Order: sequence, then structure tokens, then C-alpha cells
Amino acid sequence: MAYTKRNDGRKFDETRPIEAKVGVIKRADGSAYFKIGKTIAYAAVYGPRELYPRFLKNPEGSMLRCHYNMMPFSSVGDRVRPGANRRAKEIAMVTDKSLLPVVELGNFPNSVVDVFIELPQTDAGTRCAGICAASMALADAGIPMKGMVAAVSIGRVDDKLVVDLDYSEESYEGGTVADIPMAVVSTTEEISLLQMDGEISKEQLKTAVEMAKQACSKIDKIQRDALKKKYEVKNE
Amino acid sequence: MGKLLVEDKTIATPGEKLAEGMDFLPDEGTFREKDKILAAGLGLVSINGRLIKVIPVSGRYLPNRGDVIIGKITDILMSGWTIDINSSYNAILSVKEATDFIRRDADLTKYYDIGDYIITKIVMVTSQCLVDVSMKGPGVRKLTGGRVIKVNAHKVPRIIGKRGSMVSMIKNATECNIIVGQNGVVWINGSPENEIIVINTIRKIEQEAHISGLTERIREFLEKTTKKKIEIVKVE
Repeated sequence: MAYTKRNDGRKFDETRPIEAKVGVIKRADGSAYFKIGKTIAYAAVYGPRELYPRFLKNPEGSMLRCHYNMMPFSSVGDRVRPGANRRAKEIAMVTDKSLLPVVELGNFPNSVVDVFIELPQTDAGTRCAGICAASMALADAGIPMKGMVAAVSIGRVDDKLVVDLDYSEESYEGGTVADIPMAVVSTTEEISLLQMDGEISKEQLKTAVEMAKQACSKIDKIQRDALKKKYEVKNE
Repeated sequence: MGKLLVEDKTIATPGEKLAEGMDFLPDEGTFREKDKILAAGLGLVSINGRLIKVIPVSGRYLPNRGDVIIGKITDILMSGWTIDINSSYNAILSVKEATDFIRRDADLTKYYDIGDYIITKIVMVTSQCLVDVSMKGPGVRKLTGGRVIKVNAHKVPRIIGKRGSMVSMIKNATECNIIVGQNGVVWINGSPENEIIVINTIRKIEQEAHISGLTERIREFLEKTTKKKIEIVKVE
């Protein structure tokens, strides 16, 4: 049984419908909402602000500190235990590293920029949605940035390469599955996140990277439009 | 021949291409990448001849030497006070800069106690963002009574208006005493009803600062809420 048609009827190189908004959390310095299919991510940015504990302070620049949290009711299965677990810590770390190439924190010595990613509803692709939201929220917070980061997961389902897997594809049982989340810096097309679970051939991986770049350039446009929508000068 | 890719007074997103070719020069908030000029953050594009600048529209207040700001005393040190200036960093007011002479063994709470608000002037900002303020010179003093609100520091010029026209209009309409600090902290003193009107007006300015015809709309808003005839203050 080969995978000839996607479960939700999308094309193989099509992402789920995306919705993006900026400035959704009033008390945060910057915030964003990113919805891709049924996966929803909120990101809130606070700072630059004073960093504690003090031994973490870096006199040569600011620190970027990401937090990732799936809300207890967010998954389809059991209740997710809130708080940091091994998985959440790892995702927070890779989110941090995927955003670092674009943010310029040299002008804020001894401080920290906190990024909180909350997921009220999940259907696979949460770290990618989180990175997309965080990138928009950082821009909204007025943090100096050389570019923006968009992320998407590319997967192999049986013999096909597909863009932006949902949960039904991630847990496909008719053949081999690989899930490769990737983050791409918009301006330079550098890849700042590449993880994988499952198995894939060398050639397919190369194609997957190209597919990710294309999908990310589309996501990048949606992110920028959302930012412009909030601030654009309106002349009546 | 260089080519300009954006219009003046539009919003640029991080990493957005602003111009091509070597004819244009990168100013604040932009950087050059080979022959292109890119935006180094979210902001308003300002083109001045060959210079391209991106002015931030969001983010925390960055302390500048000479700024008159409103701060809150948060701690008392051996020879000075720590002041929260609504920024990423705290400011220090040293005993030497407070008044003429304070004895070594004096009780510093007699001058400024924790929780007091002061109008003060920034005298020095170091490369590591250590901020020194002074209570010497005209216009600086301790604030008593009234109430304090915080606004986006980048909207302060719109609240003040051209040569103070906007803030004088609100003052005349509401008979309140208003002081706008460069750091986005606003002190309002008047009758309780009028203070509320001032807060609502400032929130409206903050929201609609980017829409043209602001002064006229604020005048109408004030006329409606105060039920008085209000004229736009002409400042020569």
C-alpha cells in the first residue's frame, strides 16, 4: 500500500493553511500567534531585561532564553503533564539555537531576552510553529534582527516526500516514516535547525532540504505580512 | 545605478531588502550585505537623500544622555539610589547628584524613599549601559500626588506633538498637569475625572499614532469627552 494521496487531500508540497498575527499579548514586549492547520503556537517576548541568576550575565551581549510548553489539554491523547520535561527542554534549546543566527544582542550587555512559546492545541509540527511565532514576536519586540526565521517539517511517508506533516502522517503505519523539522533564515537561506527521526536516503534528504527552503519562503512572506499589518501607516 | 526597493515612511521587516547598488548608504537600523542594503530590525523606513534609515517602532526605551525621564526609586544604596527607568537597565542616582550637600551619616530615605517618583535627567550612559542620573538643573524634582502610566517609548514624540502642541492641548482641555518622560512614563495630576480623560486620550494617541490627521481626531475626542470647545494650540 503506497502513499498516493495525503490523508487531508493536500498536495505533497503544500503546507496546511496558515494564520499569523502579531501583538496578541498586551503586556508582553512582543508577541505573536501562529496557526498551521490544527497546531497553534503563541510566543511572547520579554526584554531585554535584567538577567538572574547573576553568574549567567554576559558583559559582551544579551542572552536569548527560550521556553517551550505544551498546555495540559493540547494533545489529542492523554493530558500532557505541564512544566519542563526532557522533550520540552530539548525543543527549547533547539529553538534558541535556530533563532540565534538572526538576533543581534551585542548592544544589550548583561541582559536577557526571554521567549515563551505556549501551545494550546497541537497536531504535529509544534517546534516549527513555535519557531515561526518566536521569530515574529522577537521582531515585534523591536529586537535588532538581521533577518527572520521560518520553519517547516518535511517528511517521508512511505515512498513520498511531503511538506508539513500532520499527526496522522507522522504516525502512518503503512510504511516507513521520517520527520525532519527544518528552520531556514530568510535572507541567506541558511539552515538553522535540522533534526530527524525515522530513516531516509541521502538523495531524498537533499530534495527534502530544497522543499523546505521553498516552503519556508512562503511562510516568511506570511510572517512579514502579519508584521506589516500591525504597523503599516494608514492614510484615511 | 542603484535602485530603491521601498518607499519612504513604510514599514520594513527584519532583513528586508531596502536598496540595491552602491549609490545608497546604510544609516542607523540598516546594514550592507554585498551590494544590498537590508533592514536590521522592524521599523519605519526614512530616506534622506542617499541615506537610508530604519527607525524602530517598538521595543524598550534605550537610555540616552540628556534625556529627561520619570523614574521610580526601587532601592537605596550606601551612597545613592537605584531607579527603575522603564528600560532594560536601572539607573543610579548618586548622593553627589541629589542635592547640594548630604552628610555621610544622613538617612537617605529623608530625601527619596522607595516608591517615590522623580523627574530626572540622564547625565551619563556607559558602553555597558550603566546609567547615571542627576537631580541638578531646571525641571527636575520629586513628584508628589497624581498618577503614573506607562506608554510605548517610541510614541512619546506623538504624545508631545510638534513643539509640545499635543500635550498643551490636552493640558488646556483637562486642566491637568502632565509631564511626559522620554522613557515613556507619563505623570498626570488633576481632578480624578480629568485624570481618567487624560489617560484615555493618551491611550488613543498611542493606538492611532500612525494614522494621519492625529491632532484633529484627538481634538474631536477631547471636545466630546470634556464637552468644551477646544482649539488646537498653535506654537510659533
